[in-house]
Amino acid sequence: MSEDLRILTAWWAEPDTVWITRYVQTGGYKGLRKALTMTPQEVIDEVKASGLRGRGGAGFPTGVKWSFVPQDTGKPTYLVANFDESEPGTYNNRELVERDPHQFLEGVIIASYAVQCHTAFIYNRGEFLFPGRVLERAIAEAYDSGFLGKDILKSGYRLDVVLHKGAGAYICGEETALLSSLEGYRGQPRLRPPFPAVEGLYASPTAINNVETLCNVPHILVNGAAWFAGIGTEKSPGTKIFSVSGKVNLPGNFEAPMGTPARVVIEEMAGGVLDGKRLKAWTPGGSSTPFLTEEHLDVGLDFESIAEAGSLLGTGALMVTDERDCMVRVCQRLLQFYAHESCGKCTPCREGTWWVTRMLARIEEGFGRPEDLPLLGEIGDNILFKAFCALADGAVSPITSTLKYFRDEYEEHVRLGRCPFTEPPMPRLRPVREAPAEPSRPEPVGIPLSEILQ
Amino acid sequence: MPVFSPELRADAERILARYPEGRERSAIMPLLYLVQSAEGRVTREGLKEVADLLGLKTAEVEAVASFYTMLRLRPTGRYVVSVCTNLACALRGATDVYAKAREVLGPGSEDMTEDGTFTLHEEECLGACDAAPVVQVNFANYDRTTPEGIVSLIDALRRDEPPPPSRGTFPGEFTRASRILAGLEPDAGR
Repeated sequence: MSEDLRILTAWWAEPDTVWITRYVQTGGYKGLRKALTMTPQEVIDEVKASGLRGRGGAGFPTGVKWSFVPQDTGKPTYLVANFDESEPGTYNNRELVERDPHQFLEGVIIASYAVQCHTAFIYNRGEFLFPGRVLERAIAEAYDSGFLGKDILKSGYRLDVVLHKGAGAYICGEETALLSSLEGYRGQPRLRPPFPAVEGLYASPTAINNVETLCNVPHILVNGAAWFAGIGTEKSPGTKIFSVSGKVNLPGNFEAPMGTPARVVIEEMAGGVLDGKRLKAWTPGGSSTPFLTEEHLDVGLDFESIAEAGSLLGTGALMVTDERDCMVRVCQRLLQFYAHESCGKCTPCREGTWWVTRMLARIEEGFGRPEDLPLLGEIGDNILFKAFCALADGAVSPITSTLKYFRDEYEEHVRLGRCPFTEPPMPRLRPVREAPAEPSRPEPVGIPLSEILQ
Repeated sequence: MPVFSPELRADAERILARYPEGRERSAIMPLLYLVQSAEGRVTREGLKEVADLLGLKTAEVEAVASFYTMLRLRPTGRYVVSVCTNLACALRGATDVYAKAREVLGPGSEDMTEDGTFTLHEEECLGACDAAPVVQVNFANYDRTTPEGIVSLIDALRRDEPPPPSRGTFPGEFTRASRILAGLEPDAGR
């Protein structure tokens, strides 16, 4: 397997790549030149044929998404590049922009041409101050060189790019929340349908794409759809940049073909687990994707294989824990994040994440009760798929997956009345309450839905 | 004294011009950054002036400002020190870094230290997990920070001698960082 295949990260080692002159010397903006000789529909068809799927987490086919953007509404069409990267453990978009901003801009321009948009927005995460500087400079260079502006490369096509900075809200990575934020409102998600393709920014047709997705587009134009489709797996073509973090020797971004086994990425590319310890758990795609374990290391990192293993490829962010890490504490810290970032719109998410965080803290501090474990699962069920957006579903991932694979750790906390991983052990502060012998509440009675509806 | 002096008013016009006609409300976040760059935080007067500029109610602008953690409605230090303690950083010792910073800066520093120099912020993932634990000062990154490292970083900031960040240049005080965030310093920080 050609694990060394580098497409998006090919020029990362060269600092001069951030400048437009060097980018053009190494073949940059050829994809755009090619695109401008084609009709917008032909560009969409090419990207469709390549099988490129969105890298922001959902994995929706990019060309299909573009083809949903109607052209006969009489309203302007917008392209929004989602550079609000904030999924815990994920940092490939940041490095893509910092090291090779024009590759991203070229993708933005080609995508804009494909959906026939004349104003594109880049939603730049607020905390990414430096990448924002890099982009500002790159945009100015692109205008000066005729790749942006009124008459791009004398093709008659015009495009302006507006850089919009966020202000510290994870939820704005969710596409409809991002649109609310960009329109000048609180970053709260909207009900879909209507989907952004039809009614997005300013209720106009809008294509929203992730940075890594857009970075692939110039390469598809230059090398062809068939070339791209031949990389990776049949259903998940291309490469993916995996962000590896946590307990590994060489944390970093590593590009590899889709379908590369997690073992190769963690053990070979990221140098294996720190201090020669044993791997305990890893996320395939950020904190919102269920943890997998040692037994899943040979699973290929592509959308289908990871789904089959019971998780999600998400953003391709592998956060690794080892045998020394307490998974109750890990879960507690992640839920604290979701409780903080829940936008507050939907009750199951707003209240559920807050209560679960408190429960997990209680268990970690040694005051867990045996009935807490089923209760955690129950609250998880009451959050999952019961909110507007995927933030809530993401919050359930650490709960269910740690309960599934590390239930013994939860039980040990409750049994000992302290965290078994803390050294020296935290003293047991008060006795653990025994579980009631009989369920104190009657079991819920199942009423068939048909009877209620009559 | 109005927040928007004639100079700032001209800056505000530049911000408004970025957005499509009739969609000026989109400028609300950069306009609030502009207020922050002048006032050190988003003041009530600033909220009101942004509202007037956009033809909105002050409450509508406040509703937006209060949603975003980088728009600070409370008194804020010249240096906002953000310590990521999310999982990837926590696995690499970030909890100790944050605890040390809090010990050095004292209780109450989550708002602002008494001398107005620091605001300490326990931060969620900053998207630089290969460099965990990550600390930002006015949104400039300091990679692989240790408890000892954050003490010397804070000392340097006390002397107004910020060390060079891991990438780019130091953006200056919180007010200047806010001006960069408003998109008004296109030549800074390269």
